[in-house]
Amino acid sequence: MFRKIVVAFTACLALSGCNRTEDAKAPSQGVQIAGAGATFPAPLYAKWAEAQKAATGLALNYQAIGSGGGIKQIKAKTVAFGASDKPLKPEELEEAGLVQFPTVIGGVVPVVNIPGIIGGQIKLTGPQLADIYLGNTKKWNDPALVAANPGVKLPNLPITVIHRSDGSGTSFLFTSYLTAVAPKWAVVGANDAVKWPTGQGGKGNDGVAGFVKQTPGSIGYVEYAFAKMNNMAHVRLQNPSGTFVEPTAATFAAAAASADWSKAPGFYLLLLNAPGTDAWPITGATFALMHKSQANAATGKAVLSFFDDAFKTGDEAANALAYVPLPAELKAQIRSSWAAIVGPDGKPVFIPAP
Amino acid sequence: MTTDASVLVASVAPRAARGTGLDRAFEILCFTAATFLLAALGGLIVSLMIGGWPAFAHFGIGFFFSAEWDPVKEIYGAAGAVTGTLVTATLALIFALPLALGVAIFLVELCPAPLRRPIGTAVELLAGIPSIVYGMWGLFVFAPWFSKHVQMPIMMSATPGTLWETLTTGVPNGSGILSASLILAVMILPFMAATLRELFLTIPPQVRESAYGLGSTTFEVIGKVSLPYIRTGAIGAVMLGLGRALGETMAVTFIIGNSHGFPTSMFASGSTIASTIANEFAEATGVLHTSSLIALGLVLFVITFIVLALARVLIGRQANL
Repeated sequence: MFRKIVVAFTACLALSGCNRTEDAKAPSQGVQIAGAGATFPAPLYAKWAEAQKAATGLALNYQAIGSGGGIKQIKAKTVAFGASDKPLKPEELEEAGLVQFPTVIGGVVPVVNIPGIIGGQIKLTGPQLADIYLGNTKKWNDPALVAANPGVKLPNLPITVIHRSDGSGTSFLFTSYLTAVAPKWAVVGANDAVKWPTGQGGKGNDGVAGFVKQTPGSIGYVEYAFAKMNNMAHVRLQNPSGTFVEPTAATFAAAAASADWSKAPGFYLLLLNAPGTDAWPITGATFALMHKSQANAATGKAVLSFFDDAFKTGDEAANALAYVPLPAELKAQIRSSWAAIVGPDGKPVFIPAP
Repeated sequence: MTTDASVLVASVAPRAARGTGLDRAFEILCFTAATFLLAALGGLIVSLMIGGWPAFAHFGIGFFFSAEWDPVKEIYGAAGAVTGTLVTATLALIFALPLALGVAIFLVELCPAPLRRPIGTAVELLAGIPSIVYGMWGLFVFAPWFSKHVQMPIMMSATPGTLWETLTTGVPNGSGILSASLILAVMILPFMAATLRELFLTIPPQVRESAYGLGSTTFEVIGKVSLPYIRTGAIGAVMLGLGRALGETMAVTFIIGNSHGFPTSMFASGSTIASTIANEFAEATGVLHTSSLIALGLVLFVITFIVLALARVLIGRQANL
C-alpha cells in the first residue's frame, strides 16, 4: 500500500515537471520541457509556447522566478533550461558545464515626471544621468542640465530619484550602463541590486512607474516594453556617436546589429553603449542557459527545437509585445553554436534544418 | 434472562473490539499530525540556521549592528531592516490599538443587536483581504491621497531648523515609514478588534451588571470594570497584532520606499526584514547575499517567536482567571 503511494507520488512529481531532466523515453510529440528564470522574457516565452503547443504539441512549463533563481535551477539540473538577463562570464559557464545564448532583446528607458515636459524633450548624457543617480545633481534647473537642453524650460524643482527595489536584470543593465559611461559610478558598481546613494525604491516596473507618476520632479527607469505600453515620458540619451536617440524598436535593433557577437566567447556580451549612430545605449539581451552535455538527448532536442522554431516564426509575437527580435546573422551564429550541446552518445542533440 | 444477556454481549463485543482498534489508529494519526508539525518547525529553524551560517560566520556579531547593505561589495548588516521592522510594527500598533478597542467596545456594549452580526462579519472579512491588495491600494490610492492631504501640509508647516522639520523631511509622494505603518495598522486592525471582542465577551454579565447597578455610566463600566478585567488578555491580543505586523511583506514592500539603512524621519524611505527578503531573494546569486537574506529571516523568526510566546503566556493567564 505504502509503496503504491510512493510510486504514485513519484509519478506525479515527474509529470508535474519537477524532475524534467530525468524523465527518459519521452516521445518527441507531446513532450514537455521545463524552464525557469528571468521574469523579463516570461510573457514572450509564454506567447511562443502557446504557438508551438498548437503547432507541434511541444509544451513549455516556464517558471518566472527571476534570473538568480534560473541560474541556481539550471546548475542544480532541475530544469531543462535556465533563463537570465545577466549573461554568465565564459569562465563561469565553463565551470558549471553550461552554454548560453541570447533569445531576445530589450532595453531600459529612463522616464521622468516634470510638469510641462513631454516624452523625448529632455536630453541627457550618460555622465549626467550618473550624476543624477549619485545625488550630485539635485535640481532640474541645474546649469549642466539647462545647458544640455537649450529651449526647454526646466523648472526649479528638486530631482527625486526612483530606482528598482527588487533585484532585477533591469537594474543590472542600468547600473552596468552607468558604470560604463561614468567613472564616478564606480563607487556604487553594477549588479542586479546595489547600494543606491539616493532616492526611493519601487517594487517592479509598476512600482517604479507608480512612484514616478506620483512624484513631480522624479526620474526612474523601466523596461522599454513597460514605458511604451504605459506611455511614460521618456528621456533621450546620448550614445557613443554623440547622437541623442529615442528609445524605439529601431534603435534597440541598431544596438543589437552594431555589436560584434562573433568575438564574444559564450555570447558574453552586453549591448550597452553600442557604437552605431542610431543605437540606444541601454540595450540588453536576455539569455537561455543549458547544460553542455545533456543526460537526456530528447529533452535537449526539445528545448533547442523550441528556440529554433521561435527564432523562425516568433519575431512577430516579439514585436507585438515590444521586444526586439535578434538580427538574422546572430540567429545563425546561435544555431551553429548549438553543435556544442551533446547527448550521452556525444553527438549534438539537435541539428537545425538549414 | 441469562441468554438474553449473553446474546447482547456477543453482539456488542466484536464491535467494541473494533472500536478500540479504531481509537488506537485515530490516536496514532493525531499524534503523527502533531509531531509532524513540531518536526517541520524544528526543521525550519535548523535550515534557517544552516542557510544563514555563512553570513553569521563572515560578519560575526557585527551583522546585527551594521546598517550597511551593499550587494556589490558583499557587505551586509541587519540593523537597518530590524529597525525598520520594529519601528513600522510599533507605529502600526499605536495607530491600530485605539481603533480596535473602539470597534470591540462598540460591538459588545453599544451596537444595536441587528447590526452586531453584519459589522462583526465585515470586520472579519477585512482580515481576509490579501496583503498584495493592500499594497496596490496603498501605492496607487492611499499614497497620493496621503501625500496631498497629510504629508504636504505637514511638511510645509514645519519650521525650518527644528527637530520637527528633520522628522518630516522626505519625498512628498506619500511613501515612507509613516505610510507603511498606517497601511499596517489597517491590516492588523480587524484581527485585533476580533480578538478584543472575544475577550470582552468573556466578562461575566454579573460583573458588568453589578457595576451598572451601582449607577456607573457606560464609560465608567468600560474604563473601570471591563478593561481592567481583560487587561492581560488584551496585551496578548496586542502582541498577536504586533506579530502579524512584524512579518507583513507585500503591502510594506510597495509603500515603504525600500532604502537600506536607518530611517531618519517619518516620511523617509526605509526597509523591513520581510520587504528586504521579498525584494532581493529571487535575484540573489552570491553565497553571502543569499545567506545574509536567510540570516535576516532567522532574525525575524526569533523576533516574531518572542512576541508570540509572550502573547501566548499573557492570553493563557487571562484564560485561567
